[in-house]
Amino acid sequence: MAGPVGAVMVVGAGISGMQSALDLAGAGFKVYLVERGPSIGGVMSQLDKTFPTNDCAMCIMAPKLVETGRHENIELITNAEVEMIDGSAGNFIVTLKKYPRRINEERCTGCGVCAEKCPTEAIDEFNEGLRHRKAVYVPYPQAVPLVYMIDKEKCIGCGICEGECKAEAIEYDEKEKIIEVNVGSIILSPGSSKFDPSVRSEYGYGEFKNVLTSMEFERMLSATGPHLGTVVRPSDGDIPKKVAWIQCVGSRDKAKGNTYCSAVCCMYALKEAIIAKEHFEGIEPTIFFMDMRAYGKDFEKYYNRAKDEAGVRFVRSRVSGVQEDPKTNNLILSYVERGEIIREEFNMVVLSIAMNAPEEAEILSHRLGFDLNGHKFVKVELFEPMDTSKPGIFVGGAFAGPKDIPGTVAEASGSAARAATVVASARETLTEKKEYPEEIDVTDQEPRIGVFVCHCGINIGSVVDVPGVVEYAKTLPNVEYVCENLFTCSDDTQTKMVEVIKEHNLNRVIVASCSPRTHEPLFQETMRQAGLNPYLFEMANIRDQCSWVHQHEKEKATEKSKDLVRMVVAKSALLDALQKGKLPVTKRALVIGGGLSGMTAALGLADQGFDVNLVERENELGGNLRNIHHLLTNDDPQKKLEEIIGKVSNNEKITLHVGSKIEKIDGHVGNFTTTLEGGEEIDHGVVIIATGGVEHKPTEYLYGENPNVMTQIEFEDKMTKGEIDLSKSDKIAMIQCVESRNEERPNCSRICCSEAVKNALKIKEKNPDAEVYVLYRDIRTYGFNEDYFQDASEKGVIFVRYDTENEPQVVARKGGLEITVKDPVLDEVLKIDSDLLVLSVPVLPQPDAEDVGKMLKVPLTKDNFFLEAHMKLRPLDFATEGVFLCGLAHGPKFVDESIAQAYGAVARAATILSKDEIEIEPTISHVVDENCDGCAYCIEPCPYDAITLIEYMRKGSVKKTVDVNESACKGCGCCMATCPKEGIFVWKFKLDQLNAMIDACLGVA
Amino acid sequence: MEEQEEYEPLIVAFLCNWCSYAGADLAGTSRIQYPPNIRVIRVMCSGMVHPNLVINALTKGADGVLMCGCHPGDCHYLEGNLRAEARSEAIDLMLVDFGLEPERYRLEWVSASEGDKFAKVVTEMVEQLKGLGPSPYKM
Repeated sequence: MAGPVGAVMVVGAGISGMQSALDLAGAGFKVYLVERGPSIGGVMSQLDKTFPTNDCAMCIMAPKLVETGRHENIELITNAEVEMIDGSAGNFIVTLKKYPRRINEERCTGCGVCAEKCPTEAIDEFNEGLRHRKAVYVPYPQAVPLVYMIDKEKCIGCGICEGECKAEAIEYDEKEKIIEVNVGSIILSPGSSKFDPSVRSEYGYGEFKNVLTSMEFERMLSATGPHLGTVVRPSDGDIPKKVAWIQCVGSRDKAKGNTYCSAVCCMYALKEAIIAKEHFEGIEPTIFFMDMRAYGKDFEKYYNRAKDEAGVRFVRSRVSGVQEDPKTNNLILSYVERGEIIREEFNMVVLSIAMNAPEEAEILSHRLGFDLNGHKFVKVELFEPMDTSKPGIFVGGAFAGPKDIPGTVAEASGSAARAATVVASARETLTEKKEYPEEIDVTDQEPRIGVFVCHCGINIGSVVDVPGVVEYAKTLPNVEYVCENLFTCSDDTQTKMVEVIKEHNLNRVIVASCSPRTHEPLFQETMRQAGLNPYLFEMANIRDQCSWVHQHEKEKATEKSKDLVRMVVAKSALLDALQKGKLPVTKRALVIGGGLSGMTAALGLADQGFDVNLVERENELGGNLRNIHHLLTNDDPQKKLEEIIGKVSNNEKITLHVGSKIEKIDGHVGNFTTTLEGGEEIDHGVVIIATGGVEHKPTEYLYGENPNVMTQIEFEDKMTKGEIDLSKSDKIAMIQCVESRNEERPNCSRICCSEAVKNALKIKEKNPDAEVYVLYRDIRTYGFNEDYFQDASEKGVIFVRYDTENEPQVVARKGGLEITVKDPVLDEVLKIDSDLLVLSVPVLPQPDAEDVGKMLKVPLTKDNFFLEAHMKLRPLDFATEGVFLCGLAHGPKFVDESIAQAYGAVARAATILSKDEIEIEPTISHVVDENCDGCAYCIEPCPYDAITLIEYMRKGSVKKTVDVNESACKGCGCCMATCPKEGIFVWKFKLDQLNAMIDACLGVA
Repeated sequence: MEEQEEYEPLIVAFLCNWCSYAGADLAGTSRIQYPPNIRVIRVMCSGMVHPNLVINALTKGADGVLMCGCHPGDCHYLEGNLRAEARSEAIDLMLVDFGLEPERYRLEWVSASEGDKFAKVVTEMVEQLKGLGPSPYKM
């Protein structure tokens, strides 16, 4: 039988699909990224900010958009849907239907003149219908691919765009196409859909103008939104004062919505309230909620900030109805607080709507042949969270269940690893490596600069006098050749550029057109085709930052364009040809920690053919999973653990070091050397940290004094071993958040609510008559675990809330314990006589995590979990390349989340291990030894610890200087700006190059 | 420059590649208009701009220098923008030594989605510099 096909299809190109595609393409597989809409980016592209860091969503996502769009091994197929598949894992034939865009994707330059001239308006879906777009449009300004589309429903066929389009890209008659693609495995990441809040008619959505959905409000907050970031009431355009958020609209709602919790709404409501208040101090946000589910890493701190600093008011009550005052369009909310019905007036209401399964869930399930769960999301198993029921088809992101962005990104990487396992033996068989002519050495040549000035259709030419700029450029020093083009980026101009470069022996090239952020890579590619070093290229941004922003000042815009060209001509003459550095890669991974995460990571790597050394300091494998005897699902954790340990022990790719401690780790990405205690050395190219966590041992509530008080894990262990007789000890109380969510440990431990529900259900299973009390602050059974919470409630488990002001009191009584707690809803003190007290305590990081952090020079959070490179988009990476993270070492999490992260770390690691050598960007720091006097001022500012002070003998005396670790430096230039002696610089941004631009700008050159 | 013409200040701006340059591009794609008095130098990070570059620009005749970086916490290089912020304090002191008004140098955080803010900052600065009159170093 033939081997697998070395290509993977990813269906859905939101943040999940993009991450899967980038991981796979970066590890040597061809990727077909299929998207239903005209551009990639998904829901995240619509977000203003992201919690808990309040990062601007577009800022952090745009680099991923661009990278996905231009990756040589990712083929984007937009406006397309899966029609059918044939074949099996390793070799699928997927039939796609591609709907017409009516604009030629190759020819369209994204200049936007068509939309400017289009006379027909349509509802702007990207802005949730809060404003209009044209019938020919791109969903958002940073869209990838930046290709317009004609909305056939709205187009009146007037022909104006066809007449205006200088690129001749309009194709009114384009027809549907059927495309067949051959791949080895498939990842589904179509995301989610939004709950329709008009179903809950008591909230008045669709009826009252000032009732919005959370996504509509999000667009309002965005600087690119309908009112450029101003929050206004749709009824009258006024800025609202009192804004109410109503949580759980369509979530935790058995009657009309979904029974599950949508897992993200509490956090996005907090974020929206904080940001709204930031935008307009006068806004008074109130959030109506049942339980505040701030369960993720540093989320609780964000919640506290909203309460204590940002001035967000919280009301724990379900709003029963919304009415409108027809005169003011204000909204009157009815709710119950402390037994009283309250009616309160607000100026605006935001509904935190549920995350539903994607609209196409059932059709995809039917066409591809995998199962859905009862909520119409993909059915997955706890120990295989990315595997659908059909072999070779995997799932990533919200399609497997509602989740936030970090969870989505980790899982997307995880599904990439699972998909790669199927096709690993066909790595590099379908990827392309471009061949270029040999590079011309220009070191000793005088600069011969070519300047290409772009009209960009009429985008530049209608404002800037392009011929005038051309004539001016001809007068500048070192300029050999100047011309103007209608579209410099079009294919035919690229071919012409190569010819011109050769014909005129140009050794520097400048394009005066749009932004280097979008177009520099394209032109650098052209440079390479002409045999020139790509770093000898520069751009002058005379469109985005000139003609578009000075549309009414043509003469001044022309003067500015001339200045900008003069400035880059001055810099260009001083440019150096730069070569990417190369480092060989040791194709072996070190995994630290032999618990579930570490073992899963090791197996994942071995399945892809990589060698792994797994170090566990305990004398046996298994970690925390050894203490887990049952789960919310029917899986048997001990049986699973045995299976996994068996696989790890028998895998010839995995070398085990059980009972071993690490003494030190040296080196950097591609080439680490780790020394174990006892002296054994391991060479490896990457590290995965899976050091896990430990259960906190409390000091409160008589723990350690009274034998009837124990932690959840201890209780589970005793119950399983039969040491607790549930027919006798049939009154059991549990207290949540013990020594957690307090000043010392401000974060929530994420899993304890579900763990308490799990053990409560187990007690009820063994003895249905047992009395079980769970004393809680917020029940945080997020996602599908909400169903188990409901199940427990229905089975008679009694949930009693307590406030931090009135924490439960525990006194030992003969034969048991007496627990008193004040119920804040009933305002009554309850006395519970209980045989046992079970404490839900936080998960802590391993006490020696700090030592591992220091050895690898990676940071930890305040509570000593490892701190990833970026909370949102790089949850498994560190700023230090080649080091990855998974499992409890990152923060408390469930079995399936740990497994997703472990496979995610595998996919991230595979992007390095799959390469023979890694390339290093040359635009990094360089030391000028003769200027450096070793003052070491530059060492502390370096964010990457890439600079060290060294001494060597020169002319018989000791010379101090600094040394840059090229694999750690990212080229930020903090060193350059600190150096008093011009002893260190960043290539392509040298002081003399920047000074030349300043001089040229000011005309003092 | 002729006497009757209004004085047009010239601003040299350093924009970080990841946030502020993208923000300036967004002002373009959104067609937000601002005065054409600014000349942008793209840098990878606000943290790479040596104070000497700022002083050079101001003493060679720029009427103002604008430095834009990512908002604190958003820096592509973790904390380069905070370096720029710290250095700005030193630059403010140097302005005094060179007999320049503090308004001639300005540090602003502009994110990739703040095209409007970028336009606003430039507009404001141009107005402010018009009030100050030409740089004493203008040749």
